[in-house]
Amino acid sequence: MSDTSQPLYAAREPVFPRRVSGRFRTLKWWILGITLGIYYLTPWLRWDRGPNLPDQAVLVDLAGRRFYFFWIEIWPHEFYFVAGLLIMAGLGLFLFTSALGRVWCGYTCPQTVWTDLYMLVERWVEGDRNARIRLHNAKLDARKIRLRLTKWALWLLIGLATGGAWVFYFADAPTLLRELVTFSAHPVAYMTIAILTATTFIFGGFMREQVCIYMCPWPRIQGAMMDPDTLTVGYRNWRGEPRAKGKRRREMSAEAERIAAEQAEAGRGRPAYRSTPYPGAAPLDLDAPDMQVQAGPGDCIDCMACVNVCPMGIDIRNGQQMECITCALCIDACDEVMEKIGKPRGLIDYLALSDEGRERAGEKPRPVWRHVFRTRTLLYTAAWSLIGLILVYGLFIRAEIDLTVAPVRNPTFVTLADGSIRNTYDIRLRNKHGDDRPFRLSVKGHPTFRIELEGTVFETVDVNANETKLQRVYVIAPPNAEPSEADITALRFWVEDLTNGERAYKDSTFNGQGG
Amino acid sequence: MSEEDKRLDEETGQYTTGHKYDGIEELNTPLPRWWLWTFYATIVWGVAYTIAYPAWPLVSGATAGVLGYSTRAVVAEDIVEHEAKNAALVEELTGTELASIDPSSDLHRYAVARGGAVFRAQCSQCHGSGAAGAVGYPNLLDNAWLWGGTVDEIAYTVQHGIRNENDPDARWSEMPAFGEILTSEEIAMLVSHVQALPAGAGGDAETLFLDNCASCHGDNGEGMPELGAPNISDAIWLYGGDEAALTETITNARFGVMPAWGQRLSDADVRAVSIYVHALGGGE
Repeated sequence: MSDTSQPLYAAREPVFPRRVSGRFRTLKWWILGITLGIYYLTPWLRWDRGPNLPDQAVLVDLAGRRFYFFWIEIWPHEFYFVAGLLIMAGLGLFLFTSALGRVWCGYTCPQTVWTDLYMLVERWVEGDRNARIRLHNAKLDARKIRLRLTKWALWLLIGLATGGAWVFYFADAPTLLRELVTFSAHPVAYMTIAILTATTFIFGGFMREQVCIYMCPWPRIQGAMMDPDTLTVGYRNWRGEPRAKGKRRREMSAEAERIAAEQAEAGRGRPAYRSTPYPGAAPLDLDAPDMQVQAGPGDCIDCMACVNVCPMGIDIRNGQQMECITCALCIDACDEVMEKIGKPRGLIDYLALSDEGRERAGEKPRPVWRHVFRTRTLLYTAAWSLIGLILVYGLFIRAEIDLTVAPVRNPTFVTLADGSIRNTYDIRLRNKHGDDRPFRLSVKGHPTFRIELEGTVFETVDVNANETKLQRVYVIAPPNAEPSEADITALRFWVEDLTNGERAYKDSTFNGQGG
Repeated sequence: MSEEDKRLDEETGQYTTGHKYDGIEELNTPLPRWWLWTFYATIVWGVAYTIAYPAWPLVSGATAGVLGYSTRAVVAEDIVEHEAKNAALVEELTGTELASIDPSSDLHRYAVARGGAVFRAQCSQCHGSGAAGAVGYPNLLDNAWLWGGTVDEIAYTVQHGIRNENDPDARWSEMPAFGEILTSEEIAMLVSHVQALPAGAGGDAETLFLDNCASCHGDNGEGMPELGAPNISDAIWLYGGDEAALTETITNARFGVMPAWGQRLSDADVRAVSIYVHALGGGE
């Protein structure tokens, strides 16, 4: 029974992806450069907002509870904008996944992008696949130590830059950088940098595919957005199988030629190409009269190029699998080989599994747009656009003047010495501008209402730039007036920005003695 | 589970673990070893944590932890830090003439916030959390004041209290119990006169009022804050303005008391709560 005693825990199998070049590799280099460029450079963009506001284009000011994004400034009570953007990001991810499979994983996921960058460094220091395998197996000598330390040092520098860039989103970047290098920055900044440096170093350098396979929930969820029309990286096994190389391939070719000659003698055409069934496909009826299985080899010469370049260490020829991040490097690798042996490209390619039947029957696959524009993707697009439109609408109707009115209900009203009835309201006024501004408050609802502001004989409130001011406001109705005797009277507070004349209102109620 | 039940499952090409329930077998998909080590690391961390920090409950109290961490100590430190940050404001608060503090200043805002905390802890038991008072406990929101409603008068009242024997400077006034002086008919006349103020009932009732009450409450019942004599011609009654309540008040007199808070609170707290009360809407 010794052959069944498989361990319960498996050690990581090291992966040594080979260098590859091609259209997808080039695309990935561009995306890597652009996404990392956006990440590292965004905090350094400046945006003039006036004297009292920060001039950083993108800034998450946690202490001041503000989020600045170019011309948009989000206050805590407008956090639904952030929630909306997150929902849009989620729906966008669903849309892309249903159309193009795990395109997020393969091209833009930070884990993939930084791993790609780390592998570039690794290749530059230690050489390509074969050299790295040799180094991995070599005894620990001076050269190995030197190469490893060089690689780790470069990785750490990248990790440091990554963690370093992160903190710049939360404070004024030039000021923070000055503080960081003079060791006067807040400990939280150093802690954050240290943690992110460590995670980048470990996840990008050592964990790599383990993060995708064992830690990330997305590979487990993404299948729900995919269907047979999704364009994903796949192997045309109906074209590639039976795979063969070397002597066996030559023998199979000879056999195929012989059968073809026999068929020709018997007055029949060359046998149609048929292959072994794809895993999961309906089994082919090999005894059917029109089913003449070709004895010749498929296009796959079993060179293992697709496996050698795979950063996940899998074989795409085994079909769809959870480990595949659809980075498309196997496509580049296979295309290179197909070109060398004079076969058409695309043995491994972006394809929709629903086209398999057509392709097996020798027909052309359906055009890409037929796969991309289908009910599922259109629904995702509609939902995504709807949320986007609501957010844009919300952004435009956002009041320039923001006020909230909280009636003080402890007690509901106060009787004054002369018998007047007084209600109290806590009014919060937000000044979203970069300069201090006066606001005038007034009340409408009943002609006898009189407004008084705590702490001042005037009816104007000065609110500092970019601040909220809490002002206690009294509304007084004279004795025996209608609102004093009634249970509840509706009223409306008006506020006017005296700088630009803009007005806004909030409704509330006045409690009288009745009821 | 047994070793014998382990087998190679041909359908999947995976081995089984040997777990078998009602003919259902469990496949062995090996977990990454680093995951196992992470699990062990959390156990080590957990044990180390309970040694380093307070954790294990004992008969009285709990283990203190070798790092000597205590949330109480942290709070105490926070309070000290907080007080250090506000030291300048406190100094300004105790050193400034109360009436001269600008209501729009940071100092005033600080005093209101601090005074609100003092009020909720010390004053709300009698005056109510919203300061609306109750029968016998003055409403601090309105503009009627027994002893004056300027911030300095309020501060004096808070500092020394009312009718308490612990502070020689306490506010003190004492209305006679007129049940021992006047007949019940005369008291009934006074009640109808007081209810009709400021116009009054006129005639004998007014004569009775001028003879017995006006020396403190004024000819028209407007009161005298210097003596703590309330205005009895306005809409506000501490013990109620109906006939029964007024008859009781005149017959037996009423005396509210208030502690001298200057003996219990810091100077800054007394000043802060005075500013808070003054800013409740009725301050003069």
